[in-house]
Amino acid sequence: MKKIIAQKEIDVNEEGYLLDFNQWSKEIGEALAAENDITMTDRHWEVIDYLHDKHQKEEPLSIRGIKKSGVLNVKEFYSLFPGGPLKKSTLIAGIPKPKSCI
Amino acid sequence: MKNLLILGAGTAGTMMANHLTKKLPKQEWQITIVDQHETHYYQPGFLFLPFDIYTEDQVKKDGTKFIPKSVEYIQKKIELIQPEANCVQLEGGEQVNYDLLIIATGSTIAPEEIEGMDGPMWHKNIFDFYTYEGAKALRDKLREWEGGKLVVHVTEMPIKCPVAPLEFAFLADSYFKNKGMRDKVEITYVTPLDGAFTKPRAAKALDYLLEEKDIKEVTSFNIERVDYENNKIIDYADVEVEYDLLVTVPTNMGDSVIERSGIGDDLNFVSTNKGSLQSKEYENVFVIGDATNLPTSKAGSVAHFEAEILTENILRYIKGEQLEEAFDGHANCFVETGNGKALLIDFNYVHEPVEGTFPIPGIGPLRLLKESKANHLGKLAFRWVYWNMLLKGVPIPFVSAKMNEKGKKLETVNT
Ligand SMILES: Cc1cc2nc3c(=O)[nH]c(=O)nc-3n(C[C@H](O)[C@H](O)[C@H](O)COP(=O)(O)OP(=O)(O)OC[C@H]3O[C@@H](n4cnc5c(N)ncnc54)[C@H](O)[C@@H]3O)c2cc1C
Repeated sequence: MKKIIAQKEIDVNEEGYLLDFNQWSKEIGEALAAENDITMTDRHWEVIDYLHDKHQKEEPLSIRGIKKSGVLNVKEFYSLFPGGPLKKSTLIAGIPKPKSCI
Repeated sequence: MKNLLILGAGTAGTMMANHLTKKLPKQEWQITIVDQHETHYYQPGFLFLPFDIYTEDQVKKDGTKFIPKSVEYIQKKIELIQPEANCVQLEGGEQVNYDLLIIATGSTIAPEEIEGMDGPMWHKNIFDFYTYEGAKALRDKLREWEGGKLVVHVTEMPIKCPVAPLEFAFLADSYFKNKGMRDKVEITYVTPLDGAFTKPRAAKALDYLLEEKDIKEVTSFNIERVDYENNKIIDYADVEVEYDLLVTVPTNMGDSVIERSGIGDDLNFVSTNKGSLQSKEYENVFVIGDATNLPTSKAGSVAHFEAEILTENILRYIKGEQLEEAFDGHANCFVETGNGKALLIDFNYVHEPVEGTFPIPGIGPLRLLKESKANHLGKLAFRWVYWNMLLKGVPIPFVSAKMNEKGKKLETVNT
């Protein structure tokens, strides 16, 4: 599916996740966050940086991983991205929704 | 003489001992297997023990009976694996050297990972059924329980046999109906996933069954702690679920020997090549069963498919040939749905659980993703197959290691 956001055209799946990370930019992240009623702060971006780093190293993301990340604790993760923090933060970061499981 | 050492005499280790003893030349290779327990448990039976469907004796046997005579069996705890030095340290200071190592130490529950879980109420009104002790204690509790809120809960993924907690909820529904007290029990299924199962296709079929059986569902629940004083579980979003009886599947982790040896990930699973089953770090180390970090289900059926492929690869390795990346993640499990019925799911790394027939395309007799009595009989027959064929490495007719794509409505997993 095509979607226009922040004056750019991006390709997304049915749940709105970017299909190609190369299309991602901070502006797009910001706009995706706004669609989810999240206003990005420096703290939010620190988390997004962490997610990008993990994604690049092909390390799976999980709540357990956040616990051990040293970046933030799970409570704060929930308060920054209320609802489903892993789902929302990866959407904003332009990376696939984590498959927590088999 | 060269040494092939197998760590763990559970489902996978026992199968490998049986396969390899037939294939390796006896004058060149000595096979040794180590396990801490003499008893071999039939873990799938732990699902039935709490409901008095199986007896204690049906789920355990003397494990040494299933180890071939030509294989040396050592009953000791494994303290340390030292892959750089090609040796393993056992309790009491014994050292075993190897030329080739197979790690088959499985996975166990780690209730201590969640605050309040294995506290004073553990096995009082908080139970697991993933261990023999847990399943037995829960059986005794259910025999006398007078009803209330039953919460069936999954802590975090991955867990072995990911359908087992759901089956537990279905069987609980039947159990209380048969006891004439279903109206006194409220059953709630609580999971960290978006739906009832890890694979969307199967989740749809299973969500429907939950509704039909009046089992409530709480999804996306990431538990933070158990408040055992007030009988509730609390998640990171401050959602609370109250219980009178909590049946939980705690975090599943690889054995602590993997952590001590520094060869695992956060959950003590060993990094493994998903096609060849060779360790990613050491070329003379292979990993099988629940001990791997592979993205497929942790199940006895998976270990069975892996064992055939690993046997071939070990023979190739010994001959200095290239390994084949033949394992496709094939998993196959019966899902007990209560009232004498079950459904069957079949999937691999790339295909979602599908509808169709199994094991013979177009004929069955088992039907995939549909409830039937034949499937239930299949599940019960699996116990016989397990003790008499699976552990001994006897091939099971019609069921191949690689998933058969005929007679199925296939759908590829979106990644
Ligand atoms: C409730 C339940 C229901 C299940 N239902 C099904 C089902 O219907 N179908 C299915 O296919 N699968 C099912 N399974 C899963 C199946 O039982 C496992 O996937 C299978 O047993 C894995 O085999 P394994 O050899 O890898 O590990 P295991 O069989 O667990 O064996 C590991 C062995 O290693 C030994 N070990 C570990 N660490 C050490 C150490 N440090 N020193 C000495 N020994 C050690 C242990 O004592 C154990 O004997 C179920 C599991 C449970 C718990």
